[in-house]
Amino acid sequence: MSEPTEASVRAEVRAWLEANWSLDHGLVEWRNKLIDSGWGVPSWPKEWFGRELPPALEGVVEEEIKRIGAVGVAKTGIRRLAAATLLVHGSDMQKQKFLRRSLTGEDTWCQLFSEPGSGSDLAGATTRAEFKGNRWVINGQKVWTTSAHHADWGLLLARTDVNVPKHQGLSYFVLDIHQPGVEVRPLRQMNGHASFNQVFFTDAEVPPEMLVSEVGRGWAVATTTLMHERRGADGIRTWGMTSDRPGRIYQEERAEIATVMEPYKWYPQRAGRVDLVIERANATGRAADPVVRQEIAKLLCMSKAAEWTARRARAAQMQGKPQGPEGSLGKLVSSHVARAAAHVHTLISGADAMLTGEDAPMDGVIAEILVSVPAGSIAGGTDEIQRNIISERVLGMPKEPRTDNDRPFRDVPKNLVV
Amino acid sequence: MQFSFTSEQEEFRAILRRYLEDKSPPAVVRRLMETEAGWERDGWRDLNQTLGLSGVHIPEAYGGQGFGFVELGIVLEEMGRALLCAPYFASTVLAATAIMNAGTEAQKRDLLPGIASGDTVATLAFTEPNGRWDADGVEMRASGRCRLDGVKSFVLDGHTADLIVVVANTDKGLAFFTLPGDAPGLSRRPLKVMDPTRKQARLEFRSVAAELLGEDGGGAAPFARTMTQAALCLANEMVGGAEKLRQSALDYANLRVQFGRAIASFQSMKHKQADMLVEVELAKSAAYAAASAAAEDDADLPALASLAKACASDAYMQTAIHTIQIHGGIGFTWDNDTHLWFKRAKSSEVLLGDATWHREQMMRAWNV
Repeated sequence: MSEPTEASVRAEVRAWLEANWSLDHGLVEWRNKLIDSGWGVPSWPKEWFGRELPPALEGVVEEEIKRIGAVGVAKTGIRRLAAATLLVHGSDMQKQKFLRRSLTGEDTWCQLFSEPGSGSDLAGATTRAEFKGNRWVINGQKVWTTSAHHADWGLLLARTDVNVPKHQGLSYFVLDIHQPGVEVRPLRQMNGHASFNQVFFTDAEVPPEMLVSEVGRGWAVATTTLMHERRGADGIRTWGMTSDRPGRIYQEERAEIATVMEPYKWYPQRAGRVDLVIERANATGRAADPVVRQEIAKLLCMSKAAEWTARRARAAQMQGKPQGPEGSLGKLVSSHVARAAAHVHTLISGADAMLTGEDAPMDGVIAEILVSVPAGSIAGGTDEIQRNIISERVLGMPKEPRTDNDRPFRDVPKNLVV
Repeated sequence: MQFSFTSEQEEFRAILRRYLEDKSPPAVVRRLMETEAGWERDGWRDLNQTLGLSGVHIPEAYGGQGFGFVELGIVLEEMGRALLCAPYFASTVLAATAIMNAGTEAQKRDLLPGIASGDTVATLAFTEPNGRWDADGVEMRASGRCRLDGVKSFVLDGHTADLIVVVANTDKGLAFFTLPGDAPGLSRRPLKVMDPTRKQARLEFRSVAAELLGEDGGGAAPFARTMTQAALCLANEMVGGAEKLRQSALDYANLRVQFGRAIASFQSMKHKQADMLVEVELAKSAAYAAASAAAEDDADLPALASLAKACASDAYMQTAIHTIQIHGGIGFTWDNDTHLWFKRAKSSEVLLGDATWHREQMMRAWNV
């Protein structure tokens, strides 16, 4: 067989879609059909629902699915990370049990990584997993867990050995959320929303076959999950774009996306809403103030340059060029833009910036920007961690000397108060 | 808009970089900056005969290479990086662009081939002692028989140029004129400039005979267009210099040892370097976007050129300040090369309008 080309893939997937896509399917029924055909995850191995296409040709398949108006496999939320991680590190039993149901959207997932005592230092997790009798017993607490309240399964990073250095004492499990030892509580944020959860484990149980990879290999597995999380960070915006077409299958897809997107409904405000600035400045008359004008202009310059920098990174990627420095700056730049936007919205609003809810400009949207922006420079890797990553991985600067890697984890200083 | 360079453009950049590293190392920059002219005919001829740079964006019909603003931007970025001492910005960017925008067909055929070959070094005299960058700042008058009276200042390479393009007012409005550098009644004095790698002059005109370039009173639009194009060109030159400084600061931080370790291993240094990278990359993106918009003659070009110049002014200067800081005491010495780029950053920060002014231009272009 000859190597697949863009033209051959396009022709083949188009023919298959034209023969098989119809609005009469239920969502899960259609996705099962798509998965069986290999077009659901075309870059995956053939034995696991794929066609082993080069990743560069995946976009062609997506274009054709979109062109005909068909629905793709479930890509939203943590299920995407779970599938990608288990595909690499899972046992055959785990792949059989979870991959298909994650792609159809039947199983929902959450990520149990961050803890009150380990945020930036994720490998400092202290949630314990101890093997007792015939099962793993979990005790501890996770935090910032999106969607835990409607998840079926959790990707759990837990400590199995305190007598080895921190990265070597972690293991990775699939945990059944629906059990008495797991308690999920919403976590209220400074902007009043409760988009995340705290998850408490009291003698929660995991059967031995739900260990992913080997004992002590949890950090390597978690790194795979995090890599996919970072790669998909841009995706949150596109997940929200649903078709408004009539039809049962579209309705089911809309409901799925609405559930996943619910915690993210304030994310546009978190990013600073640069799109509102000019309209607000003109409407309030503050655009006439030369000082305010300069601050607005600085924001627009930064925001435009950030957008073009992202376009440069994408253009280089599409051409298969090695990634330049422009590809690693997005997260840090977007938190700069958000902070500058909050500053400008304050200048434009004047005294109204003291108000919230329906008394505040735009029925509270501006107030929500002002109290949501601080999250952007923390979530998904703080600005400080981003600067470390940029300086070490892009600029090749040396790491700071560490005191936590060369000794048993039990001897590493930890938070007294969390 | 073009967001990546073609492989031909990348190859062109690589050739240029090698050439300029060879011909314009800091020792040569230091030698030329001490001369009154600030550049040499031999080096200038070689640059143009070897690589045809002086005509890069001039159409082939007028003896040029026929490339666009993206290629011109690449040339400028590399020249800014090498801190090349040559009348390139004056002649190719300002004067040739003004002639292309304002001149009649016959005038373009007459004037551009000499600039394109590099045999003629030209400049554009538009600013006056009032230091304004817009047409309203032009006070010079041209009398009925094309006689110029008044003073031009901050004229790049004005004391060495063979051909001077002048912006002045006539009874009909703004107009362009040309005259030879040795025209009777013209006195030229080099200014003492902070950035000695790009010379400037003050030109006094006493009833100097000049030729009208283009239409009498029709100079406003070509002048605005020339300023827009020049601003984005300068932005591209500036990001080249900023990138060079950023890299030199990084190299030094990796070498310098204090408290028993390379200072590059301190988080305060790493975070500063990360911030410098962000600032320079954003300014590059803006400069490239503006060059691409100019190449495509995008209607939004005036705003984008001002945006690019504003970003470049801030980024180059900030990078220069950080680079000296990272070098510590040695960075403040004459022997260390950092101050050469610092001074170019300072001079370029205000040349053709500072960041504040360009931000205001951008806001007006966007009707805010």
